Amino acid sequence: MLFVLGLHAALAAVAPAAGRRLGRRVFWLCAVAPAVTLVWVLRRASGVLDGRPAEESVEWVPGLGLGFDLRMDGFSLLMVALISGVGVLVFAYSRWYFSDRPGLGRFAGTLTAFAGAMLGVVLSDNLLVLYVFWELTSVTSYLLIGFEDKKGAARAAALHALLVTAAGGLAMLGGFVLVGQAAGTYSLAAILADPPSGAVVSAGLVLVLLGAFTKSAQVPFHSWLPGAMAAPTPVSAYLHSATMVKAGVYLIARLAPAFAATVAFWRPAVITVGLATMLVGGYRALRQHDLKLLLAYGTVSQLGLMVVLVGAGRPDLTFAGAALILAHSLFKAALFLVVGVVDHQAHTRDLRVLTGLGARMPATFVVAAVAVASMAGLPPLLGFISKEAIYEAMLHTGSGVGDLAAVLGVVLGSALTFAYGARFLWGAFAAKSSPTPSGAVGPEVPAPAWPFMAPAALLAVLTVVFGLLPALASGVVEAAGSSLDQGIADLHLVLWHGVTPALGLSALTLAIGAGLYIGRSAVERAQDRMPAVPSAFGAYQASVVGLNRIAARTTGIVQNGSLPTYIGVVLVTVLLLPGVALLGVDLPEGITVAESPLQVAVVALVIAAAAGAALARRRFAAVLFLGGVGYGVAVLFIIQGAPDLALTQILVETLALVIFVLVLRHLPERFEREPWRLRQGIRVAVSAGMGLFVAAFVLVAAGSRTEEPISDEFLARALPEGGGRNVVNVILTDFRGLDTMGEITVLTVAALGIASMVAAGRRRGDT
Amino acid sequence: MSRRVPSQVGAHATEGKREPSLILETCVHTLFHTALLFSVFLLFAGHNAPGGGFVGGLVAGAAFVLRYVEGGSGEVQDAAPVPGTVLMGTGLTLAVATGAAALLGDGEFLSSGKLEMDVPLLGAVKATSALAFDIGVYLVVVGLVVVILTTLGAEPDHPIEAEEAP
Repeated sequence: MLFVLGLHAALAAVAPAAGRRLGRRVFWLCAVAPAVTLVWVLRRASGVLDGRPAEESVEWVPGLGLGFDLRMDGFSLLMVALISGVGVLVFAYSRWYFSDRPGLGRFAGTLTAFAGAMLGVVLSDNLLVLYVFWELTSVTSYLLIGFEDKKGAARAAALHALLVTAAGGLAMLGGFVLVGQAAGTYSLAAILADPPSGAVVSAGLVLVLLGAFTKSAQVPFHSWLPGAMAAPTPVSAYLHSATMVKAGVYLIARLAPAFAATVAFWRPAVITVGLATMLVGGYRALRQHDLKLLLAYGTVSQLGLMVVLVGAGRPDLTFAGAALILAHSLFKAALFLVVGVVDHQAHTRDLRVLTGLGARMPATFVVAAVAVASMAGLPPLLGFISKEAIYEAMLHTGSGVGDLAAVLGVVLGSALTFAYGARFLWGAFAAKSSPTPSGAVGPEVPAPAWPFMAPAALLAVLTVVFGLLPALASGVVEAAGSSLDQGIADLHLVLWHGVTPALGLSALTLAIGAGLYIGRSAVERAQDRMPAVPSAFGAYQASVVGLNRIAARTTGIVQNGSLPTYIGVVLVTVLLLPGVALLGVDLPEGITVAESPLQVAVVALVIAAAAGAALARRRFAAVLFLGGVGYGVAVLFIIQGAPDLALTQILVETLALVIFVLVLRHLPERFEREPWRLRQGIRVAVSAGMGLFVAAFVLVAAGSRTEEPISDEFLARALPEGGGRNVVNVILTDFRGLDTMGEITVLTVAALGIASMVAAGRRRGDT
Repeated sequence: MSRRVPSQVGAHATEGKREPSLILETCVHTLFHTALLFSVFLLFAGHNAPGGGFVGGLVAGAAFVLRYVEGGSGEVQDAAPVPGTVLMGTGLTLAVATGAAALLGDGEFLSSGKLEMDVPLLGAVKATSALAFDIGVYLVVVGLVVVILTTLGAEPDHPIEAEEAP
């Protein structure tokens, strides 16, 4: 498994450079990664299907118990097969979708990186590793949506997706930590085998669900997904239908069997959110004019259904959910690819303008028709089988009001699915009698090249084959279901159940859906008459604007630009917090005031210089007095027998003096007179208090030693272990090398900051 | 350290407003190389005697300050072999690389290694990986001083060159 992830990473790294030489053939290169993955997963399939998960583990941070633990069970197998299978097709398709243009290598590399991250999500057994991959998919998705980086709309959509999914991911990380700490392990398998419980775990699960809902575009976070249609169509087909948005579904599916029954809020929350998403998505899809947006809302709707199924945590529903995940990936990826073909050939996706495309590209039409039929749940396709499994399972869950409402909701949502599916087919391919005045597009559209169509066609063929011979797909789905929930026994995918209540519900769905489609103009008018409800997108925009406004206000208050205020706040804080604590502490006994008259003399000079610095009217004089303080302290170091310290102190003091002088040239010669006596008094009080505090603190700290000083050990170990007789230097470069490294890093960053600030100031001409 | 030849001495300063002082110039140039040499001595002696990368870097920085006193930031730019930011980056890279090199062996990050060898003419030479780390510290400190002198120290009407270009 590591090999597969490494291959993705390696190809992602070389793709940008390769893209410059290969042009759009770079997609062939990158397709190697998912293709190898597909071969690998098929070879490993038989063992996994027999119930022997593949496991691999590499230590990452052993000190934290953080391991790179990978595990592939039946459900992971299904996801890996979908990610790599659809991945190969999308790469092949991209080769034809794009014309040669700069940046294709970068794009292909990012897409490969995304595929690798997605594999990581479904293969990680460690929650923290899963989180890392999870956020990697968010970041790569951001880059892919924003591929058209010259377009403001694409950048805004990318940011929208990133903000929503990364915010949810952050919440999820918090949830993982809560659950992991409660369970005492971050291993997903171990947590599921022995689920922890309690208020902390419940709070953690709320956060985890938040992450899953944002990722899988559930209401009210769904608005980023339609926005993400700004991405090139291969990205939409891959990320926003078949893979990334299923990450949330994946996580819910993993957790539901362990927590749905024991955590009180789980089922109501998951089922309510899922149903609402299904209905909102379907409703909004019915009024879209852009074919891609129509599919996007359709995806939102289907994701809602998946969340309901896998989130309920009941064996037969979980099984139906696994079937739907497979079916949906096949038909939705095919439909997105078809939209890309239509867009590529006709240069528009507006269904009010397209007309008569069915006659111009019959093969495309057939593929789309098969995919739509599967989506709508028509026999004998895979979608019908999964829909039957869903209804069958839902009818057996119970007869409470909630269960009944769930069944009704799913029937209504599926009817909406039928209706927008039909609307999609009609909009893309039908010959319309009255095209809009803006001019019809249709007769002159060229048919697509066959390799361009082949990926979508292959997906459609699979939909038919799995529909007619469900036994082919049944093994994988059964293994996926039973690896999630041991309770699944004796469930199979079957085409014909006989005349059952489930078949009745299917028929009812088709009837309502057909009605909605036939009365589509009435439906559209009704939707237009609906009072405007606050949309999720509006809420997103308002929250971003509000956040910026609050940030600006806070910054205005906190950062008022006055250095004396900043320093004053810092000093007063020190005086209040540790300072007040010092009040109750007794000073140690037997303080030695001075060891030699020389010390007394030097300290007197230092005090005089400090007083001079405080009283000086000219800045330059104050700086010189400060230098005097520093040199005096260096003399104290020499008296104490610390040549290293003294040398450093003198040099630093000298350089600081020079730097001060450099800065002083930009400041007025004299300090400003403080106009208010009160403020002057406050400054004097704070300074005096600070001086007293430091003196008392040093005395107390030096007198309160409880452990053996570490310096003895440093002295003893410097020569044998550090190989040097200068203990100070050995400490700096060896014993405390990490500290030194941190310090020189800070120095570098500070220097870059100074350089760029001065340069920026100079450009504005205000130095 | 300096890539300038004596005939160009003070060339930059003459572009400024004030006349260069011959005495100052001569003294500074004598002191500059002496100070640099001394800083390198401190750097290498540091492991066993007072000194080390930080102190050595400060002494070298002081040498550049002398050049600055002589001819302003232009003089410092001429005196430094590469821009200060490059010095800092090199130093930081060297320090991190030294620390990471320990990982290639079986050590932890930053654990030090020793190397003792017989060099002709010099006799037994002992080198610890801490020395390489210290050289990194030295470069960062020198670079910091050079950066400050060439940015904060630049004359207000004297455009900053090359490294800070937008």
